Amino acid sequence: MTDPIIKFENVAKRFGDIRVLEGLDFTVNRGEKVTIIGPSGSGKSTILRILMTLEDVSDGIVWVDGTPLWHEGAAGALKPAGEAHLHKMRTKLGMVFQSFNLFPHMSILRNITEAPVQVLGLSKPDARARAMDLLEMVGLADQAGKFPHQLSGGQQQRVAIARALAMRPEILLFDEPTSALDPELVGEVQEVIRKLAEEHDLTMLLVTHEMRFAREISDRVCFIDAGAIREQGPPEDLFTNPKEARTQQFLQAVLAD
Amino acid sequence: MNDMTWLDYLPVLAQGAWVTVQLTFWSTILGAVVAFGAGLGKLSRSRILRGVCISYIEVFRGTSLLVQLFWLYFALPIVGEAIGFNLRMPPVTAGIVALTLNIGAYGAEVVRGAVQAVTVQQYEAARALNFTPRQTLWRVALPQALPEMMPTFDNLAVQNLKDTALVSLITLGDLAMRAEQLRNYTQDSATIYSMALVMYFGMALVLTTLMRALGAMIGRWRPARR
Amino acid sequence: MLFGFEWDTTNGWTLAVSILPILLLGLWVTLKATVLGFAIAMVLGLVLAALKAAPSRLVSWPARAVSEFLRDTPLLIQLFFLYYVLPEFGLVLPAFLTGAIALGLQYSAYLSEVYRAGIEAVPRGQTEAAVALNLTPARRFSRIVVPQAIPRIVPAMGNYLVSIMKDVPVLSVVTVLEMLNVATIIGDRTFNYLVPLTMVGGLYLIMTLLAAQGVRLLDRALPKTGIPLK
Ligand SMILES: Nc1ncnc2c1ncn2[C@@H]1O[C@H](COP(=O)(O)OP(=O)(O)OP(=O)(O)O)[C@@H](O)[C@H]1O
Ligand SMILES: [Mg+2]
Repeated sequence: MTDPIIKFENVAKRFGDIRVLEGLDFTVNRGEKVTIIGPSGSGKSTILRILMTLEDVSDGIVWVDGTPLWHEGAAGALKPAGEAHLHKMRTKLGMVFQSFNLFPHMSILRNITEAPVQVLGLSKPDARARAMDLLEMVGLADQAGKFPHQLSGGQQQRVAIARALAMRPEILLFDEPTSALDPELVGEVQEVIRKLAEEHDLTMLLVTHEMRFAREISDRVCFIDAGAIREQGPPEDLFTNPKEARTQQFLQAVLAD
Repeated sequence: MNDMTWLDYLPVLAQGAWVTVQLTFWSTILGAVVAFGAGLGKLSRSRILRGVCISYIEVFRGTSLLVQLFWLYFALPIVGEAIGFNLRMPPVTAGIVALTLNIGAYGAEVVRGAVQAVTVQQYEAARALNFTPRQTLWRVALPQALPEMMPTFDNLAVQNLKDTALVSLITLGDLAMRAEQLRNYTQDSATIYSMALVMYFGMALVLTTLMRALGAMIGRWRPARR
Repeated sequence: MLFGFEWDTTNGWTLAVSILPILLLGLWVTLKATVLGFAIAMVLGLVLAALKAAPSRLVSWPARAVSEFLRDTPLLIQLFFLYYVLPEFGLVLPAFLTGAIALGLQYSAYLSEVYRAGIEAVPRGQTEAAVALNLTPARRFSRIVVPQAIPRIVPAMGNYLVSIMKDVPVLSVVTVLEMLNVATIIGDRTFNYLVPLTMVGGLYLIMTLLAAQGVRLLDRALPKTGIPLK
């Protein structure tokens, strides 16, 4: 049953004197939908950014699909990974950013086809067909020719999800995908993510402040505070019956409003 | 005395203006190439390349164009003799080389600034999609940086047009040179220089219009401003 | 011999040492032309900026046209124009003064833009607040707008000062003995252009680096929120 695809082993991350992660152990199984919650500055984004190779680790090992992400070489003699290794590892991962980060100079279609063509070497017709399927899935097939600034935030984020999926990652990371959106646009993006969670065997790792949404879509919720996992479990347990005092406090504060 | 009128000056000045147009065209195009090379080189990871580009930019921005022109035309051949090469250039070549290197150094800083102004989020999105650094530069960063550069490139192109006048000082038959020759011959300074000024101004207006059109074309994906 | 200094052509190094004082005299002329040209540009630029901002189009449009014209035509031709045409109207000025006026004219167009941009960069709310406080237009401008515009204007002006310095060699065409002219004269007479021209390049580099550093210090010294009024 347990088939870890992501494994943090005693991982530390420091920015100068700031210790963001400290002795983090954390596992995600293949196909699992995991949500990370926790106070601001607790290191949630940092976990995702390390996985997406946007941030390296200061200590410890991160395993992705049985291979060290930030290291290469034989076991026991691991050395920091070079760009080639990172390039190979990134093919397993995709990321959806808080601020969408679409390429403003490319049409919606081009945003989605560019990486499959340039990085995966797909033919243009194949990439286009793949992109149109995905746009269909996120309900934006009629917007393919527009540019990002012509779309609403919610639409842009749905395009960003399609763009990440076009690379066929095994793991999809979401860093607060709805927190930059106007309240009335949150639902449409959550709907797409929910559909993904239900219909795909993708491994999903999501950071969010939307507790109700976390509860609906996750197999497991992890509460992180001060750079380490304090409590984790199925959403019904963690939300209705938190064991740690710190978790209770946090949930009380966020559920109050 | 002479009985030439402004109508008689026109063909002579127009001939010079054509040389000015060609000088401006070539040195602006070549200058842009140099600007991209040096501007991107300054952002390179190689220390040597970075050092070379920074030195080039500093030297050519830090000295006067006329000094550069004279150095290339009068002093470089002496260097050439010393090391056994013929570095003597005809005036046209020296002029274009000096203008190119001068405008290229200013342009390089514009290129560097615009590329650095592309947000870190764009670079991260590119990395998450597994673009190589080279693909990121050409497909993500530069297309966004280019429209930002265009207004300054417009100014630099006009600067370059004005600077071509200096090339007449190493005996090139451009507009400035033709005006000077006519004045020597006719002493009709007011008419001749007024005409030359108006012609330079006209060329600058055309150049600006062209650069704006180019900028609008390059940046057509951008939301309308204001 | 030039300015009473002999040169020593034994080799490149002795030549360099012997002509340094001559070049420094040329540099002194360069600096004087720079400062005078800049002063003229500052004043004319202010006038141009005021005219361009005039409420009447009858004033602002011609002012804009003049400013564009000054900016988009070569300094060299403007200089020739002044040098050869002014005497036809009976106005005979020394070459140095003509040169400084040419520099001042060309750069007045640039500086008028600097003034305009600096003033426009002061947030609109500041003027509105001043109106709400019932300050007179003159006070609004002198006490509210100008002190906040200065920290933006001064560094940009500094950069144009450096540009003027780099344009001074153009004055050599009307016989002003600035640094480059001095160097070419030495070159003509010693048949060695390499040493004097390279030295001029080096001296220019030193001057512009110093000036750039000065502008940076000035920029840092200026309070970003505006000149404090007690
Ligand atoms: N590049 C950096 N340099 C220095 N400190 C950083 C850097 N990136 C993150 N940090 C710090 O690391 C800590 C954790 O950051 P992180 O973004 O992971 O928090 P988070 O849990 O995602 O918070 P939020 O809910 O606000 O997004 C914060 O205190 C942040 O200030
Ligand atoms: Mg975060």
